Amino acid sequence: MTSSAVIGRRRFVQGLALGAGALGIGGFGLSPARLLADQGQTGAPILSGNTFNLAIGGADVNITGKKRPGMLVNGSLPAPTLRWREGDTVTLNVTNYLPATSSIHWHGLLLPFQMDGVPGLSFDGIAPGETFTYRFPIKQNGTYWYHSHSRFQEQSGVYGAIVIDPAEADPEPVDRDYVMVLSDWSDEKPEQIYATLKKLSHYYNFNERTIFDTLRDFREKGVVQTLKDRHMWNTMRMSQSDLADVTGYTYTYLLNGRSPNANWTGLFKPGERVKLRFVNASAMTFFDIRIPGLDMTVVAMDGQPVKPVRFHECRLGVAETIDVIVTPEKKQAFTVFAQSIDRSGFARGTLTPDPAMSAAVPEMDPPPLLGHTEMGMGGMAGMNHGDMEGMNHGAMDHGKMDHGAMKGMQHDDMGHGGMKHAGMQHKGMQHDGDHKVPFAFVADNPDLAPRTSAVQHLDSEYGPGVDMRAMAPAAMLDDPGIGLRERDWKVLTYADMETAGGPPDSLTPDREIVLHLTGNMSRYMWSFNGIKFADSVPLELHHGERARITLVNDTMMTHPIHLHGLWSDLELGDGRLLRKHTITVKPGEKLSYLVRADATGRWAYHCHLLYHMEAGMFREVRVVDNATAKEARS
Amino acid sequence: MKQAHPITAAALLALSPLVQAMDKHEPAFSRVIVDEFETRDADEGTVAAWEAAAWYGGDLNKLYLSTEGERLMDNGGETEGFETRVAWNRAFAPFWDWQLGARRDWQPDDPNRDWASLGVQGVAPYRFETDVNLFIGEDGLTQLRLETEYELLFTQKLILVPALEMNLAGKADDELNTGDGLMNLEAGLRLRYEVRREFAPYIGVNWERQFGDTASRTRDAGGEVEETTLVAGVRLWF
Repeated sequence: MTSSAVIGRRRFVQGLALGAGALGIGGFGLSPARLLADQGQTGAPILSGNTFNLAIGGADVNITGKKRPGMLVNGSLPAPTLRWREGDTVTLNVTNYLPATSSIHWHGLLLPFQMDGVPGLSFDGIAPGETFTYRFPIKQNGTYWYHSHSRFQEQSGVYGAIVIDPAEADPEPVDRDYVMVLSDWSDEKPEQIYATLKKLSHYYNFNERTIFDTLRDFREKGVVQTLKDRHMWNTMRMSQSDLADVTGYTYTYLLNGRSPNANWTGLFKPGERVKLRFVNASAMTFFDIRIPGLDMTVVAMDGQPVKPVRFHECRLGVAETIDVIVTPEKKQAFTVFAQSIDRSGFARGTLTPDPAMSAAVPEMDPPPLLGHTEMGMGGMAGMNHGDMEGMNHGAMDHGKMDHGAMKGMQHDDMGHGGMKHAGMQHKGMQHDGDHKVPFAFVADNPDLAPRTSAVQHLDSEYGPGVDMRAMAPAAMLDDPGIGLRERDWKVLTYADMETAGGPPDSLTPDREIVLHLTGNMSRYMWSFNGIKFADSVPLELHHGERARITLVNDTMMTHPIHLHGLWSDLELGDGRLLRKHTITVKPGEKLSYLVRADATGRWAYHCHLLYHMEAGMFREVRVVDNATAKEARS
Repeated sequence: MKQAHPITAAALLALSPLVQAMDKHEPAFSRVIVDEFETRDADEGTVAAWEAAAWYGGDLNKLYLSTEGERLMDNGGETEGFETRVAWNRAFAPFWDWQLGARRDWQPDDPNRDWASLGVQGVAPYRFETDVNLFIGEDGLTQLRLETEYELLFTQKLILVPALEMNLAGKADDELNTGDGLMNLEAGLRLRYEVRREFAPYIGVNWERQFGDTASRTRDAGGEVEETTLVAGVRLWF
C-alpha cells in the first residue's frame, strides 16, 4: 500500500486541504491492467486478502474547514475498500472503539443472517470495546459496500466499498478500475439532523415557493390558471419543492471522501477502458451522475452484471451501486459531476490524463418542482402537466379503482406531445389485469390484510401518519425521474437494463405481498402501509418460495428500498428481470419484484434513506421453513 | 469469536419474543418555540408581550405547554395579565391534533381564572396554521378562541406573517368586567428575517379592538377599546 495507507493511519481526515497538491502520487504509469487503481485520491486504503481487521472509532474529520467529530473505520473516510475474491471465505474482525454499540452490515451480500450485521435481528451488535468476528463464504462478485447498521453511525462516516473479483475471468476487462464512493457529510451531528426534522421538517429546504414565484405565474399563466394550479398543492398542504429532506444547506457532497473543492482525481491514458464503480453510500442523497463529454456504458448494477447499455446520465439511489465503463479517447480532462436530486449541491471529481489538467464544472440545474406524476395522479413521464386538466381527478373513485380501470384510462388524451420517451412501457402492470397470483394474507399481520388490488389503500393508511395516497400509481420503470425528463441526452432507467444472461430465476411468483410506501412529511413520520416498524409484525416468507413484492409509493419522495440477504429481481416485463439489492421507487410509482426466499433467518427490509429508516420505514422479513410457518399459524 | 451456525426454525421462534428487532421504542423529542417576544409602543407606555409554547413527546402524543401575556415596562412595570396552558396533545389526523388540558389566567389585580380546555390545532387547507380552543371555566363561564396565521415568503428568509385572533365568551364575567358574545379581535402583521431558521428578528404592527358588551363595559370604565401598536421583537426556537 502506498499513499492511501498513510491517510488511513491519520487520526483525522482532510477533505478541503488535500487538493491537487497531493495528487499524482502513486502509480500513474505503473498501474498494470485490471489492478484496482489506488493512484487516485481515494481517501480510502484498499485492503485485500481474506482476513481483515477493522476498527470503528471516533476521529476528527475536516471537510468544511472545521474539525468535526466523525466515526471512521481504520481512521479513513470512506472506510477502506475491501477487495475480496469470489469463492473465498472471508474473516473480518471488527472492533468497536466507539462508546456506543456498533455493527457492520455487508450491503448486498448473500450470507448467513447471523453475519448480516443488523443489531436486534442478526446479532446483538458489537458492544463498546468488543470485537466481533464475521466469517462467511463469498458466493458472488461485483461492487458492493458496507456500513454501520446502528443508529446514525453511517452518516458519521462508517461506510466503505467492497469489490469482489470474479472467480472466473471478468467478462468486461478494463485497463483501469476506480471505486467512486459518493456520500453526504454534515458538520451537524446526525442525531441533531433527525431531531431538527422532527421539529421542523422543511428546515433544510431553501427552495420554497415565494410571492415572486406566484407573481411570475400570474404573468405567464394568468391569474386563474395559477390559482387552479396552486389549489391542489394548497389543499394538500404539501411543498412542491420537497425533493430532499436534508440538503446542501448542511451537507457537503463527497466523492471518495473529497469535497468538490478537494476534487478527487483519477488518471487515465487516452484510449484506455476505465471502469468506474459508483457506490451511493450517502445517508439521504440521490445523485444524478454524468461526465460531460463522455458517455458511460453500464455493465453492472448492484454488483450484478447487466447487458451493456450506453447512456450519458443516471440517477443513483441511496445504497445502489453501478459499474460503468468509459473510454476517453482524447488527451483531455473530464469532470465527474454528481448533483443532488434537489440541486442543492454536488459531488465532483476529475478524470484526467495529466494531474495538472482539470475540466470545467457544469452549473447545477434549476431545482425541479414536483408535479402530477409525483402526486401519483397517473401522470406519465415527461407529460406536459398543463394538458392534464381534462382529467377529472375528483370524479375518479380512487379508493376502488382497479387496474382494469387504469388500462381504460385513455393515455392518448393526455398530451403525449410533451413525452420524449417513445418506448414507454406499461408492462410492469401486466400482472395486475388477471390476478392469478394470490395476495398474501395472514390474519394477524396488518400489512397482509385482505386486499382486492395492489393499489387499494388499507385502513392502516388512513391516520395521522399518512399525509397522502397515490390515486393512480403508474408503471414508471422507464421514467428517468423528476428533473431528468427533459434531457437532450440519454438518461439510464431501470427499463433499459436487464440482468446479463437472461432471468436468473423463475418469473412466476407463488404469492404477492403489497406494501405501500407511506409517510407524513410535516410530522416526519415514515412507514409501510401507514404502520411504522415499532407497530409492525414481521413479514414471513416460506423457505424456498418465490414471492412477488409490489411496492406502491404513496409519498412524494423517492425511496430506495433494500431487502437484506435475498435478491430483489425487478420485473421489467417481457420476461426480463433486473437483479438488485436496492430498488428506487419514484413518487407515484408502482413496481414489483420477485424474491426467492432461499435463506432462512431474520432479515432487515427498509427504506435506505437513513432518517426514514429510523422513523419506522422498516420491516423484519423472516424466512422460515414451512413446518415452522404452519406451527406459527396454528 | 462468534460463529455462524445453521439456524433452526425452533431457534428462530424462540428468539423472537426476547430479542427486540432494531430499536422499537419510540424516542421523544422536544421543541421550545418563542413565537413572539416583542415590545409594543402602546398609549400607556412600552409594553412587552410574549407568546411561547413547548412540547415534549413522540409522533402521536405530546405534552404541550404554552404561555402568553403582556407587561407594561414603564412606571416600574406591571404585568397586565398572562395565561399559561398545559395540555395533552394527540395527533388524530394528518394535519391535526387534539389538545385536552387546562388554562390559568393570572391576574395581578383581579381573581385568577381557571379553565378546562379542549382544542384542535393544526394546518388547514391553504396552509393556515390554525388553533381553535373551547375553554370551560367556573360558574358557567365559557370562551371560544380562534387563531390563525399564514406565512408569505418574500424570500427563503424574509417572511411576512399575517395573524388573526378572535375571542368569544358565552357569558359575561362581571368581576373582570367582560361581556358575552364577541369580546375582541386581534390582527397582526409581522415581517421576520430568519438569520437562521431558529432565530428571526421581526418588526410589525398589531391591532386590537374590543366589541359588543365587552367594549361597552370598557368604554363605561373610561378605557380604550381599540389600539394599534408598532411592534419589534424576535422569534426563536430550539
